Amino acid sequence: MWGKKKDEEAPPPPLRQAPPPPPVFTESIKKEIMPVSSMPVRSAEPEMSKYIATVGKSVTVKGQIFSREELLVDGEVEGTIELVEHRLTIGPNGNVRAAIKAREIVILGSVQGNVEVTDKIDIRKDAKLVGDIKTARIIIEDGAYFKGSIDIVKPGEAVKLAATPRPAAPTPVQAVLPSQAPIAASPVSHPPAAGIAGAGAK
Amino acid sequence: MLTERLRTILLGPPRASLVPPPRPIYLGRGCGLPNEKEVIETRASRGLDQFFSYIKDETGLAILDLSGLTQSNVDFITSLGHKLYTEDFLRSLYATFPEESDQMNSGLIERFLNENLNYEDDTFSGVLVWDVLEHMARPLLAATVERLARIVKPKSYLLALFHAQERASSVPFYSFRIADSKSMTVNMRGSRTPTQILNNRTLEKLFHKFESLKFFLTREHLREVIVKR
Repeated sequence: MWGKKKDEEAPPPPLRQAPPPPPVFTESIKKEIMPVSSMPVRSAEPEMSKYIATVGKSVTVKGQIFSREELLVDGEVEGTIELVEHRLTIGPNGNVRAAIKAREIVILGSVQGNVEVTDKIDIRKDAKLVGDIKTARIIIEDGAYFKGSIDIVKPGEAVKLAATPRPAAPTPVQAVLPSQAPIAASPVSHPPAAGIAGAGAK
Repeated sequence: MLTERLRTILLGPPRASLVPPPRPIYLGRGCGLPNEKEVIETRASRGLDQFFSYIKDETGLAILDLSGLTQSNVDFITSLGHKLYTEDFLRSLYATFPEESDQMNSGLIERFLNENLNYEDDTFSGVLVWDVLEHMARPLLAATVERLARIVKPKSYLLALFHAQERASSVPFYSFRIADSKSMTVNMRGSRTPTQILNNRTLEKLFHKFESLKFFLTREHLREVIVKR
């Protein structure tokens, strides 16, 4: 009897000594540990992160830009931009005064200059474009401002456009930072394109 | 005094509906007018039918659209093989002339036309004017029509729309889009005080440099006018 009582009053063994419960990896526990949403999580700047070459919003470039990869321009560019086989995005802060040739262009900011696109041009809601467009396809959101002409070129003609030869010796790109300290960027013909990309990265 | 009081007793107070609506604030296409419900409908358009019947057998023509950039108009006109030029005329108009009285200023008129209709003579084979001319006061209107006469080719056509109700104190605020060659989508985005209502005789005088005018009366007192250069 006493023995029984002792057994009942005996303090429980310390938790340390107790063998840890075997891990039970049921689906419910997994969810508690690592919550997974079926919805894709979008970061604050989803489009910024996936580009390799970027002209940041505090960067000004005067000259010619050639790129062999996708390029995001969220700063100022004056001159020419050529991405014959890739996509160019003019970000919401982008202000471009340049002749542009690209496979595809998405405009969210402001562009002044003629645009030649072999695939499609996408002009978003608050974009502003002043210049003439040559493209195979065009997508326009309501609210975009455009002044100029639109010439739809057939795919065969678009291929000719893509095959236009590049200048033999492109001039180097000069990047100007807000501190006015000029940065001699590498010649733009070197892959991966644009020494300006590093200068503009935010 | 006594008569006024007697009238008030017999007929009641003056009706509020006699007060004209305020001048609209144009916020740009796609922005709409504040506090107004949009009404969108597709309707047959004999004017549009006529306009495209003149240019359907040709390709590579230069067509000017003064309603700004819209997907449907771009798709339709470029699908016919034409090159489309667009001008967001109303947005520029209300930005350049915030007050109606500014439209009398000859310096501003010149600047406006140089910024928005700066093309060489005989450039266009057709102009979709829509109802933008109706937003203009007389001096600006005359200068704009004269500029249009210069930049369109002889024997080419303009499509313009005007309200036909001469004494209206308020007219609907529209935007137009091409649905197909015989119909347009009319987007009614509220009402506005008309700058002026132009009757047939006034329009004939206004377009005196053009060869002919053809009128089509449509629903809601809206006239479609085909003007031949």
